[in-house]
Amino acid sequence: MGMTVVLEVQNLSVAYAMPGGALQAVRDVSLSVARGEVLGIMGESGCGKSTLAAAMINLLPPAARVGQGAVRLNGTDMLRLAPAAQRALRGRSVAMVFQDPMTAFNPVLTIGQQVADFVGAHDASLARPDRLAAMLDRVGIPDAARCLGRYPHELSGGMRQRVAIAAALLMQPDVLIADEPTTALDVTMEAQIIHLLRDLRTTFDGAIVIVTHHLGVIAELCDRVAVMYAGEVVEEGPVDAIFHDPQHPYTRALLACDPAVVDPASGRLPTIAGRLPDLTAPPPGCAFEPRCGMALAVCSQPVPRRVPAAGRSVLCHRGAE
Amino acid sequence: MSFVVDPALPARRGIGRALLADPMGLAGLVIVVTFVAMALLAPWIAPYDPIALDVKAKFLTPSAAHWAGTDHLGRDLLSRIIWGARLALGIAITSVGIAGVIGLVLGLVAGYGPRWLDSGLVLVFDSLSSLPMIFFALAVITVLGPGTLTLILVIVLVSFPAYARLIRTQTLTLAGADYILAERAMGARPGRIIFRHLLPNVVGPLVILICMDIPVVIMLEAGLSYLNLGVKPPSPSWGNILAEGYTSLRQAPHVVIVAGVPLVLATLGFTFLGEGLRDVLDPRGAGRRWA
Repeated sequence: MGMTVVLEVQNLSVAYAMPGGALQAVRDVSLSVARGEVLGIMGESGCGKSTLAAAMINLLPPAARVGQGAVRLNGTDMLRLAPAAQRALRGRSVAMVFQDPMTAFNPVLTIGQQVADFVGAHDASLARPDRLAAMLDRVGIPDAARCLGRYPHELSGGMRQRVAIAAALLMQPDVLIADEPTTALDVTMEAQIIHLLRDLRTTFDGAIVIVTHHLGVIAELCDRVAVMYAGEVVEEGPVDAIFHDPQHPYTRALLACDPAVVDPASGRLPTIAGRLPDLTAPPPGCAFEPRCGMALAVCSQPVPRRVPAAGRSVLCHRGAE
Repeated sequence: MSFVVDPALPARRGIGRALLADPMGLAGLVIVVTFVAMALLAPWIAPYDPIALDVKAKFLTPSAAHWAGTDHLGRDLLSRIIWGARLALGIAITSVGIAGVIGLVLGLVAGYGPRWLDSGLVLVFDSLSSLPMIFFALAVITVLGPGTLTLILVIVLVSFPAYARLIRTQTLTLAGADYILAERAMGARPGRIIFRHLLPNVVGPLVILICMDIPVVIMLEAGLSYLNLGVKPPSPSWGNILAEGYTSLRQAPHVVIVAGVPLVLATLGFTFLGEGLRDVLDPRGAGRRWA
């Protein structure tokens, strides 16, 4: 696998302006993804993974402020570019697929008009109906030519998500970011989309970033995974290594929360006790310490990032001694 | 979940049929079409010249020769009413149309543009709509002098802030929609987002509001003309006919009645049509049948 890094997030911090102070949603995150690689970003609700995904294309909500850091797309820092230069990169170099395919299309325009619009913003010659139909065909839309004339409400959620993926891939971007691409779909549709994304790995040579809280999606699709907790990447590495030998107590707890495993004693689903720390005043030490069953005295001190094996990193005092 | 049907489009298909099925909408449509036909065909259907004097035939009551009678100068009232429809609708539609376009563009810009621009525009909208309509109209007419163009200018200035505010609110709601974010994620320019994606989604309520505003504007035109501040006599504005008829109310009450009836009908017709359109277009409206 060629190791040309196409997207690099460096020491990125993003905060939301809130009445009670700045909520630090992403804290000092560094990640990179290479051409041909699929990176999963995993974590529970509110851990900052969607904010991180939005920052990767620099489409953060108005209340969000980037404190520090860079998002380098083929070496250029997206966050420092003029708006027009950013627009030129979006769609062409980096594209995004959103969570809810029911709302991701304008209800008053046909599928064909909208998909043509996506590419027409960059290169009108790509917006020819036969090329659009070929692309829809590639993502498994039956009768693609007629689908172009349909309105979004005439398509099922799974079909819409396929169209969204087709639209994102039309420009052959270097990076495709998928923010919870299967969360809003039912299980059958979810399986279809996972299948489609897996097929795409063989034909699409860009990098893919998949944000999800679904362990199955990560296991099926990703080469590497970054586990986020309270705005930080607490553990990162190859999917196999992390799933079989989790180093961070949070990763271990998360993997243990498989809904297929019901605690035989109580008959309840496994959970992680406690809740997320207040991110308007994050603790100086380990953010997981209050919920961690293995916490030491040193855990309230700033945490070093250590490298347990090549290509892996963990943010934990445990094992550092 | 996978069969949530978007209400926007099925509703759009049967607009015509649904409007005809609603008795009020149908009545509105018939009245409006009649007045529009009168306005368009005035030169051919008016039996007499609306400003030709025939003083010997003054104050004639309705007869076979003069269906609506004549006024104090012997002018045929039916002809004056028909030409008056052309004036009333012409002024109303022109001015409300201009105001609609201005309101649409400024509302979209305010709703989607940068915050400082939004604040500035909202200040303009609020300042203009805080002025009492009649006094503002009188002030503008005093400065510029009465006439059709002044009238149109006054109506545009009075009506566009309401349109702009409606569009701005709609735009603000839609700007956060996922499909707008998806467009931005694909690198679409603001102009494209505004005119291709936001505009078709916000224009429906504006059409309804404009339709409901036309009777207000017709009344304003008639009112100002009645006060001799609008269309200059001898042009056959309904307001002028009313004003002239008022002076001879005792001896020839038919003049005022003949001028008042079309005003009432036009107002009712446009209001019914606007309400009918609103019920048909708004999926949350009462009485809408779900397919």
